[in-house]
Amino acid sequence: MANPSTVEPTRRDMLFIATGAVAAVGAGAVAWPLVSQMNPDASTLALASTEVDISAIPEGGSLTVKWRGKPVFVRHRTKKEIDEALATPLAQLPDPQTDAARVKKPEWLVVVGVCTHLGCVPLGAPGSRGEYDGWFCPCHGSHYDTSGRIRKGPAPTNLAVPTYDFLSDTKLRIG
Amino acid sequence: MSGPSTFVPQSALGRWFESRLPIGGLVHSSFIAYPTPRNLNYFWTFGAILSFMLVAQIITGIVLAMHYTPHVDHAFQSVEHIMRDVNWGWFMRYSHANGASMFFIAVYIHMFRGLYYGSYKAPREVLWILGVVIFLVMMATAFMGYVLPWGQMSFWGATVITNLFSAIPLVGDAITTWLWGGYSVDNPTLNRFFALHYLMPFMLIGVVILHVWALHVSGQNNPTGVEVKNVQRDTLPFTPFATVKDSFALVMFLIFFSWWIFYVPNYLGHADNYIEANPLVTPAHIVPEWYFLPFYAILRAIPSKLGGVIAMFGSIAILAFLPWLDTSKVRSANYRPVYRVFFIVFVLTCIGLGYLGAMPAEGGYVLASRLLTLYYFGFFLVILPLLGLYETTKPLPATIADSVLPQGGAKLQPAE
Repeated sequence: MANPSTVEPTRRDMLFIATGAVAAVGAGAVAWPLVSQMNPDASTLALASTEVDISAIPEGGSLTVKWRGKPVFVRHRTKKEIDEALATPLAQLPDPQTDAARVKKPEWLVVVGVCTHLGCVPLGAPGSRGEYDGWFCPCHGSHYDTSGRIRKGPAPTNLAVPTYDFLSDTKLRIG
Repeated sequence: MSGPSTFVPQSALGRWFESRLPIGGLVHSSFIAYPTPRNLNYFWTFGAILSFMLVAQIITGIVLAMHYTPHVDHAFQSVEHIMRDVNWGWFMRYSHANGASMFFIAVYIHMFRGLYYGSYKAPREVLWILGVVIFLVMMATAFMGYVLPWGQMSFWGATVITNLFSAIPLVGDAITTWLWGGYSVDNPTLNRFFALHYLMPFMLIGVVILHVWALHVSGQNNPTGVEVKNVQRDTLPFTPFATVKDSFALVMFLIFFSWWIFYVPNYLGHADNYIEANPLVTPAHIVPEWYFLPFYAILRAIPSKLGGVIAMFGSIAILAFLPWLDTSKVRSANYRPVYRVFFIVFVLTCIGLGYLGAMPAEGGYVLASRLLTLYYFGFFLVILPLLGLYETTKPLPATIADSVLPQGGAKLQPAE
């Protein structure tokens, strides 16, 4: 055979490449639904919002509601807890965020109750709130403050704030 | 090692069939005439034990699947139904659950055997890497199987392990949602884990066939690490010698296995898995099954999420590079006095990491995990590459026969 680089492409080469390209696109077109079917389905997406009555939560107390299969913490913060969260300098935070950026009303903190390390539910009952008075994750020892921000331990980011709205003073919609 | 089969069936029907599909010759050359080194010790019986365990797990697993319901509302109940109502259900489930542990005990002995006798060295690199692939598939299968009873440890173990993927930069969260089929471990997750848990053992059979094929191309290693030089003197036919030895070892292993099933069937499990999964309450202390504990300890030893995940997967992936990390020309640790010491420390390190993986991640336990993780990686990345260059090894026997037949070997020699 001659040196391939000096041989002119033929119609057959063109047909060969075109056939291969169509086969590759076809394989991709079939693979897409096979991959996509594993993503959340329509019924899962339909459960995307939850309404909560928050009138019964006393100051200093909190409520855990289930949203998208995960716990969401709604905490009615005390004056002291709000002041603690506001007084913390941003330089001390592994994931710097002001308290104001994390709440809509200072007395209500709403965060997804899933540790950002490996997904455990942090403890938030009085006495097990960790070194910063917020939450403590027992799995791998992450401490969160009264704004749900990571302060100590392996978790990389603050507790997530879900999208939510106050429908009234006592009613909250999450999602 | 094995040439074209010279097998000729005795019956006319057998010869008719053999000339159309030579499966008899394949079996004969692989499991009857196949030459095995004559000095193999009992550590070489774990391949057969593992093959048995794979078949046993598939049989008990198919039986369990006939009575199990992969739905978050029914899974936990259906497992209790198997335990209480199904005829012999308790026996099937205890055999399957403890069988997984026996499978891992056998595979760890099999792997340490390879590590001690240098079974991964040329020309057995592909054989070894296929073994690493089998180990990975086994781990994935065992992990998904543990999720199916839908107890607290099932749920939270699944949550922690699937969240490992969220450490991947940029696409981590999308991948985790895709794995879950939702925003947390839930019914779609349980359903797909059941489907995959049923599929993967059959994939294992495929890789095991490749593993055995590669073994039969290069031939078995042996305690001296010296290659077979004379098939007549150095080897014995697989049947009856290896067949009988493997069978005897298997019977001993089954006695051990039975002890777990009939006397302490729940010892290797976790009590919290008899509490139904609750997505709103995390158990105080999440631990994986014992066979994952060393890797879990490595994960927790690194004070960074992504770093921990990389170290954990790296600790398994590094095994695939072992054939090129070990620079020594001598295979067997019997002739490598210094390697032997490092090997024993390595085994103790793995056991130590297993212990630390079960302890809470705090104080001295974290420091100890870090030191042992350092040794784990140091063993592969520093000790093995350098040791091959500096170690003074002991003289190897000229042949396998010489190592086990000192007088007979000497007598046989002039006759050649």
